[in-house]
Amino acid sequence: MNLDIRTEEEKDNSNILYVGGEIDAYTAPQLREALLPLTEKDGTNVVVDLSGVDYIDSTGLGIFIGALKSSNSNNTTLKLIGLNSRVKRLFSITGLDEVMDIDEEREEAK
Amino acid sequence: MADSFSLMQEQYAKILQTYLQEKNEIGLYHAQQFSKKVLENQISPEEVVSLHLDAIEKFFPDLPQGARDSFEFLLEVMMGYGMAYREHQSLRDKQKELETEINVAANMQQTFLPKEIPSVDSLDVGVISVPASKMSGDYYHFVKDENNCIGVAIADIIGKGVPAALCMSMIKYAMDSLPEQRLQPGALLENLNRVVEQNVASNMFITMMYGSYDPRVHHFYYSGAGHEPGFYYNYKTDSFEELYAKGLVLGITRDTTFREYHKKVEPGDFIVLLSDGVTECRTDEGFIEREELTRFIHQYKHLPAQEIVNNVFYQLEKLQGFQLRDDFSLIILRRKV
Repeated sequence: MNLDIRTEEEKDNSNILYVGGEIDAYTAPQLREALLPLTEKDGTNVVVDLSGVDYIDSTGLGIFIGALKSSNSNNTTLKLIGLNSRVKRLFSITGLDEVMDIDEEREEAK
Repeated sequence: MADSFSLMQEQYAKILQTYLQEKNEIGLYHAQQFSKKVLENQISPEEVVSLHLDAIEKFFPDLPQGARDSFEFLLEVMMGYGMAYREHQSLRDKQKELETEINVAANMQQTFLPKEIPSVDSLDVGVISVPASKMSGDYYHFVKDENNCIGVAIADIIGKGVPAALCMSMIKYAMDSLPEQRLQPGALLENLNRVVEQNVASNMFITMMYGSYDPRVHHFYYSGAGHEPGFYYNYKTDSFEELYAKGLVLGITRDTTFREYHKKVEPGDFIVLLSDGVTECRTDEGFIEREELTRFIHQYKHLPAQEIVNNVFYQLEKLQGFQLRDDFSLIILRRKV
C-alpha cells in the first residue's frame, strides 16, 4: 500500500506535510524521504498533518523520532496535527507526546 | 555427469520413439516424468533441445536441412532461458546458505532468553514468547536477588527480524552489566536508556517495562519506558484494570527519568505484562480490542499461569489464521492464594 504525501510551502517559512494512509514498515521509507529533508533546513517550521492517517506502527513512529532528533539539531521545529484517537494513544503511551509538539485540533490553515 | 547425460540421451530417444509410434497418453506421461528427471539432473533447456535434435536425426536420417537448422536456431533462443535457470540455481544455493546463517543466529538468540523462570513459593509465573518470523524483537528477562525479589523485564524493539534481534543483544548485555545489587525499576531504566541512546540509529527505539516483586511484603514496583500497558487482575472484585507506567521510550534523550509506581498484590491477584504484538493482533475485522484480550484471560483464569498464557496465545493465533504479524510475548505473575 502507498502513502499519499503532499507538501505545501507557506509564506512564513513553514512547510505543511499532508499524509494519508497507513504508516508501517513498508511505507515508512516514503515518509522519511519526504519529512527528513524538511527538518534539515535551518529555521523551517515543519507541520505534519496526520488527518488522513488511521494507523501508525512502531517503524512509523521511529520516523517521527528521527525527525524530532533532526529538527532539534538543525534548529527547525516539528509539529504534528490532526491525530486520530488510535494514533494519539500511540504517541501518549510511548511518552512522545511530552517531548513533541502535538496538537489534536486541526489547525486553521492560512 | 557425462555418463548420466548419455544415459538421459538414450532414455529420451527411447521414450520419444515410443511416443511417435503409439501417440498415446502413456507417452505423454513419460515426457512429464522425464522433465522431472531433467530438473533433478540440472540439465539446462538448451541441452534438452539438443537431446531432441540428436534423437530426431537418428530417427529421420533424411531430415530436411531447414528443419535441422531450425533446431540450431531454437537452441540459440533457449540459451537465455538456460542462463536464467542457472542464475536461479545459484540464487537458491545462496538462499539456503543465508537461511542456515539465520537459523544459527536464531538459535543464538534463544540463549539470550532465560532458560528457566526463577521460582518463589508465593508466585505462579507463566511466560510465552513467539517470534513472527525466525528472529524476535521481543525480549524478556527474569532475575531473583538474595531477598527472593523477582525482577521481570519485558521489552519490545522497534521493527522485527534481524535488525531488531541485533538491537536486542545490546539490551541483553546492558542488563547483564548492571550492578549486582537490586536496582529500583526507575534507576534501572535510566541506566539502560543511557546505553541505548548512545548506541542506536536515530529512528530506532525500545519500549520496556520493568517490575520487581517483593514476596516479603507482596508489593510490585514498576516503571515503564513507553511500553504497551499491561493489566492488573483484582481477584476480590474479579476485574481487570490497566497497568500502565508512563515514561518516554528508551533511546530518545540521554537524561530521561522514569517514575516508579507500585501496587499492593493481594492473594489471587495477578499482573499481566505483554508486547504490542498481543494487542495489535489484527483479524479480518480489524484490531482486537483490549477488552477482548481480558475476556480471553478471564476465561482461563482458573488455570495455572503457564496454561493461561499458552491458551491465550493459541486463541489469538487462531484469530489471526495461525499467521502472527508481530512478535508475541505474554507474561503472567500471580500471587498464590
